[in-house]
Amino acid sequence: MENSSSSSIVSTESEKNSVLNLKETELRLGLPGSDFLEKKAGTGISLFGKDLKDEGNNGFSQIPLKNLVSGAKRVFSDAIDGSGKWGFSMKGGSEVDLGNGGSENNNTLQSCLAGPSGKEIGNPNPAKPVEDKKNENNSTAPASKAQVVGWPPIRSFRKNTLATNLSKNNVVEGKSGLGCVYVKVSMDGAPYLRKIDLKTYCSYAELSSALEKMFSCFTIGQYAPHGLPGQEHLRENCLKDLLHGSEYVLTYEDKDSDWMLVGDVPWEMFTDSCKRLRIMKGSDATGLAPRAMQKCKSQS
Amino acid sequence: MAYSFPEEVLEYVFAFLSSDKDRNAVSLVCKSWYEIERWCRRRIFIGNCYAVSPQIVIRRFPEVSAVKIKGKPHFADFNLVPEGWGAYLYPWISAMARSYPWLEEIKLKRMVVTDESLELISKSFKNFKVLVLSSCEGFTTDGLASIAANCRNLRELDLKESEVEDLSGHWLSHFPDNFTSLVSLNMSCLGSEVSFSALERLVSRCPNLKTLRLNRAVPVEKLPSLLRRAPQLVEFGTGAYSAEIRTDIFSNLVEAFSGCKHLKSLSGFWDVVPAYLPAMYNVCSRITSLNLSYATVQSPDLVELISQCPNLKCLWVLDYIEDAGLKALSSYCKDLQELRVFPSDPYGAEPNVSLTEQGLVTVSAGCPKLQSVLYFCRQMSNAALIAIARNRPNLIRFRLCIIEPQAPDYLTLEPLDTGFGAIVEHCKQLRRLSLSGLLTDRVFEYIGTHAEKLEMLSIAFAGDSDLGLHYVLSGCESLRKLEIRDCPFGDKALLANAAKLETMRSLWMSSCSVSYGACKLLGQKMPRLNVEVIDERGPPDSRPETCPVEKLYVYRTVAGPRVDKPDFVWTMDEDAALRLS
Repeated sequence: MENSSSSSIVSTESEKNSVLNLKETELRLGLPGSDFLEKKAGTGISLFGKDLKDEGNNGFSQIPLKNLVSGAKRVFSDAIDGSGKWGFSMKGGSEVDLGNGGSENNNTLQSCLAGPSGKEIGNPNPAKPVEDKKNENNSTAPASKAQVVGWPPIRSFRKNTLATNLSKNNVVEGKSGLGCVYVKVSMDGAPYLRKIDLKTYCSYAELSSALEKMFSCFTIGQYAPHGLPGQEHLRENCLKDLLHGSEYVLTYEDKDSDWMLVGDVPWEMFTDSCKRLRIMKGSDATGLAPRAMQKCKSQS
Repeated sequence: MAYSFPEEVLEYVFAFLSSDKDRNAVSLVCKSWYEIERWCRRRIFIGNCYAVSPQIVIRRFPEVSAVKIKGKPHFADFNLVPEGWGAYLYPWISAMARSYPWLEEIKLKRMVVTDESLELISKSFKNFKVLVLSSCEGFTTDGLASIAANCRNLRELDLKESEVEDLSGHWLSHFPDNFTSLVSLNMSCLGSEVSFSALERLVSRCPNLKTLRLNRAVPVEKLPSLLRRAPQLVEFGTGAYSAEIRTDIFSNLVEAFSGCKHLKSLSGFWDVVPAYLPAMYNVCSRITSLNLSYATVQSPDLVELISQCPNLKCLWVLDYIEDAGLKALSSYCKDLQELRVFPSDPYGAEPNVSLTEQGLVTVSAGCPKLQSVLYFCRQMSNAALIAIARNRPNLIRFRLCIIEPQAPDYLTLEPLDTGFGAIVEHCKQLRRLSLSGLLTDRVFEYIGTHAEKLEMLSIAFAGDSDLGLHYVLSGCESLRKLEIRDCPFGDKALLANAAKLETMRSLWMSSCSVSYGACKLLGQKMPRLNVEVIDERGPPDSRPETCPVEKLYVYRTVAGPRVDKPDFVWTMDEDAALRLS
């Protein structure tokens, strides 16, 4: 365990680029809010010595190193003394080593996150993170904020009730940010379903691409150690092929509890009436299309 | 012990101990007390379903009649725990069906409950009386039909905000005609319409019905019929409280409400037409609890209603009440103990109502018994928080949600450290705290130092470094649950305070800076903790060890790593560390 950190420090530079690229291509299911944290990364590691002193621009008095070790409760000094067993870079257990180790870890952490390493402490400008989020999430209408998952902390039942209230009362004309609409997405053959917020997408294309990412993990054969016995395993095909080919179709259950093919009605109408989604096998979906078109015609 | 009381006497004495803490203390006195106590404990509370196994529970407590189990971590309420994470009820029911045939009560929170489980409950426990499903999911109305049809002695069915797949309202009609034992029914989370005549007949034949919370689908015109059949009701939840304005509907409502001399609690009020609110004025003087948190009514109408409720102890309301309404509340309702103000438009860019920190300050000044607060607002200041702290040192729960993450003191643009610091310093009995706004490590220093009774702490978008987390974990002697999201807390504080985690129920950290390596180390060193890495990007060992995990859930357990994990959860333990490194 002690060796792994030193080897990662040594190969940091060479790893850095590959790690950065890896990050670009990895399937990140994190939503806008989790990206925000990366911009603050770099402050999180070191508690001692140089890093604390560097963060001198926040206007608060520095906590002297001595107090930290002796005045703070025992555990920290115990951790240092028991250094051989704890942490990545504990060499001798002195505070200086810890400080060094800390900043080295700082670097590897930063390379992993590939974000700017600005140390933003006590940032008096709260608008910045929100603006960053907005820029990333192009689909948000300018009037409403980019939505972070689970924030503000409101339960689904209340959120759904709110969304219904706002749409009924037509509070703001043309406003698309009616909160979140979480729908469950199931896929035939997958052992559990997912939940997505339809309001974070602007079009069928976005939705389809997000679902591809979300469910492609089922096709990569990750099941082996954790999968439930007896479950169908999906073949290792790219889900995109599955969706665009004849294997799987995307269907949804609407307000009247009818199952329809996704894509037939205008996007707004779809998000208003969709209760849940199901990625079903193409063979099970025959006969859906004609009914969906008929229904659409009769409603319009 | 040669001189001890006979077992029967001790058992008789122990029967007076209702708190788990007392019973746990008693069971530690000596072996014979342990034995006596375990045979006579009837009520069990399991705060984390994975901290223990059904087998262990049943082995220790062979004669249990009431179980309360909690499953998913609290942040699951806000969609931070992916679907399929766990908390399945079925293994518990299947074990208890064999061992506790006389089980009477099951209360669950955040568990996945299937129709199969519900059917098994309804058929296995002959004297089953109480089913409370709070924020649960995974079942349909068919499962409810099994309960209705088979539980002959059912007293309580409470679906508190569960996510039920609503196939139809037909389940209610499954209560047999000779079923008369119902005391409490809460179906407010359901969407479908139930057969109204079935509901009427059910209410008529259950003379002990004290709580009836209807769902939105029951229209206001139908309420009088129900209220007339149940004048003994203590708690009542309306359905949609709107109709075209008609004097006959109104007068029927007035008359029906007047007949209910014991009503203490009102809720429901979806789609409210304000003109119908006065129909309730006759009962308002006895009302102690009012849930208007779905009522989209403006402040003047709210004030009218509240001014009739001098005995109000608990108010849940939307921010339509505004500062003006809260001022009225503080002058009319001197008995107020709990206030929750929810946002009517949380995702809007601009405030839609005139509700600020001032409203809360006013209530804190005017309501001497106020102890529990949940408040959503868009601006806050240190001055306001300090005022609240000084006004109300008797606060027990303080949950503040400033809607914009990292919003500073709007007057000084400083962090809100000193404000929250004042809260923990003055409110010495504080057990639950939720922070928001711009906060540095300083606030955690205050919390760690002063919040001695704090049991649950929720942190979001706060802090600067590991120091913040270290302050909390090395202080806060009573801390049981810590949940953190989007904070720059990493490995050092976590590892340095690993022992603390065994004294807590659980720790949740998501979108923080805890590396995979640190999680492995923690799991390796602390065998009595389950260190769960939840990461939907694929196996953590496909990334560098220093890469932070998406989500981390750490909890103490005597049951070892769980066996029902989905493929996006990894338990860090000795074996795993060796396998994966």
